[in-house]
Amino acid sequence: MSFLNYFINGLSLGSVYAIIALGYTMVYGIAKMLNFAHGDVIMIGGFAVYVCTSSLGMHPLIAVLISIVVCTVLGITIEKVAYKPLRKASPLAVLITAIGVSYFLQNLALIIFKSDTKLFTSVISIPLISLADGKLVITGETIVTIIACLIIMVILTLFIKKTKAGQAMLAVSEDKEAAELMGVNVNRTISLTFAIGSGLAAIAGVLLCSAYPTLNPYTGSMPGIKAFVAAVFGGIGSIPGALVGGLLLGIIENLSKAYISSQMADAIVFSVLIIVLLVKPTGLMGKKMSEKV
Amino acid sequence: MKRFTSLMLAVVLGATLLAGCGGNSAGSGDTLKIGGIGPVTGGAAVYGNAVKNGAQIAVDEINAAGGINGVKIEYKFEDDEHDAEKAVNAYNTLKDWNMQILMGTVTSAPCVAVTEKTKEDNVFQLTPSGSSVPCTQYDNAFRICFSDPNQGIASAQYIGQNNVASKVAVIYDSSDVYSSGIYEKFAAEAPNQGIEIVAAEAFTADNKTDFTTQIQKAKDAGAELVFLPIYYQEATLILSQANTMGFAPIFFGCDGLDGILGVENFDTSLAEGVMLLTPFAADAKDDLTAKFVKTYQEKYGEVPNQFAADAYDAIYVIKAAAEKAGVKADMDASAICEAMKTAMTQISVDGLTGAGMTWTSDGEVNKAPKAVVIKDGVYVAL
Repeated sequence: MSFLNYFINGLSLGSVYAIIALGYTMVYGIAKMLNFAHGDVIMIGGFAVYVCTSSLGMHPLIAVLISIVVCTVLGITIEKVAYKPLRKASPLAVLITAIGVSYFLQNLALIIFKSDTKLFTSVISIPLISLADGKLVITGETIVTIIACLIIMVILTLFIKKTKAGQAMLAVSEDKEAAELMGVNVNRTISLTFAIGSGLAAIAGVLLCSAYPTLNPYTGSMPGIKAFVAAVFGGIGSIPGALVGGLLLGIIENLSKAYISSQMADAIVFSVLIIVLLVKPTGLMGKKMSEKV
Repeated sequence: MKRFTSLMLAVVLGATLLAGCGGNSAGSGDTLKIGGIGPVTGGAAVYGNAVKNGAQIAVDEINAAGGINGVKIEYKFEDDEHDAEKAVNAYNTLKDWNMQILMGTVTSAPCVAVTEKTKEDNVFQLTPSGSSVPCTQYDNAFRICFSDPNQGIASAQYIGQNNVASKVAVIYDSSDVYSSGIYEKFAAEAPNQGIEIVAAEAFTADNKTDFTTQIQKAKDAGAELVFLPIYYQEATLILSQANTMGFAPIFFGCDGLDGILGVENFDTSLAEGVMLLTPFAADAKDDLTAKFVKTYQEKYGEVPNQFAADAYDAIYVIKAAAEKAGVKADMDASAICEAMKTAMTQISVDGLTGAGMTWTSDGEVNKAPKAVVIKDGVYVAL
């Protein structure tokens, strides 16, 4: 019974990682860059909800919608201001810019919201389920997180397979120049990717803060890094890979905390990553693509 | 244009550097400058603000009564956000202000960093609440509170001698010197007190939001009491997650839990019955405590916690030692330090956090431990 508890908690944590990892993986797949500011967009999403519900007294659902809009606009702005001018620069320059944006967002939040940790009121009002005389407890947040993760995954897969914009994304991810020659608007496609990724970050932020109800300007950084690991683990650029990587990471983290050592959990997670990458350098579900010169 | 910009920047930079030099003249001579450092914002802000305010009350009282050796105190407090690097910056700011004595820092990790600096500069340092061992490792540093080992040992003794519980689980922050310091001594003393540690679970600064696994392990191990040698921010999460999981042991903490009732948005009913080892209970009936609590409430609108009391005592201890050492306002920080560190081992102070407090030359205080329990949302002495 304890095992099930650990497993479900891991699944819930893993679902959050998976949603964040999606943002990383999409942006990487299409723009070929690591958006390290992604974790901080999550934090901004959390604060947007916090301000709407705690300070303005809005309904949680409206707050979540506002937060998605805020993050989407933020994502597009970051892309336009910080990344687009560097489209032709070396990948390293873009990476460093992303780290800069990440610090900028953290410090901006520090100035606006101060560094005190806020206690976040969960936006999810589903009661918890208690099974087997309270031995197995599943919280409403866990259920919503897992379901939200699955729904997002299905919608995203359909979007990419069935819509024109989704097909354009696929084309850009495979070959930017060729896609442009075929009439795909590359800039708009990349903007759209950032918009979707950041919108997902808002949802991840809400779920993260609801499940673990604290919020401060650094809330997004560690989950952001873990989710990046999940994306690499699953095969960066691959959408099912982000799901599998996120879930596995959450489960491994929780089970190693439970059965090996609560102190060594992070070290174990990263060791697993190293082993996977040694055996399969493209990640669990990553495709090997030959680079054309 | 580009060249013009860089030229301007160079000029501005030069001007800033020169401005920095101007402030560095030696002691002003008519006041005694006491600096304070602590987290006024951030996760441990409750402590920093309490220390800042508690010390302010003592400073006001002493100044109203004529000061130390007839010299008024000038008091300035800098924020460190419970961060070692920022604490050193705060120390440098105070040094530029010509600080002569340091009352701080409030939390352990920043305190250890600042101690290195005060040692280097030979500045007398008295921390109200920096409890980890290295905080007072040099002879210029003393403390008002118990050290971590003493808190860990005292907690085990309190639990054992009062038969609070025999099966104990511990959840501690292995990345924090304060938390792991208490845990190690607690674990060493527990067998002597007939306490069995059924689960010892750690977390780290990078992984401190999800405690369900640690709580589940404590629950499965049949713990009657969960010992939390951690800060209140994480404790609020542990209390609420344990509540969700239907686990209701006795929770026992050290001074780090003090402040839990002041957390914004926290459901204080979750903290009902939580016990903590603390040298100060605001509901105590003695005159000194009653007067301090009344003044604090009038000035800051809340009941003071032990950190406020530690800081209040710290200022009076500085006064006692400075008087013993014959400190004058025009002495530089290093001369004051030399005189004060001998005087510290010779004084005995009756304060809010203990009667007849004395100090050894290694910086440790001698006084008796006390515990409180949270009942109906307030701390009640046991």
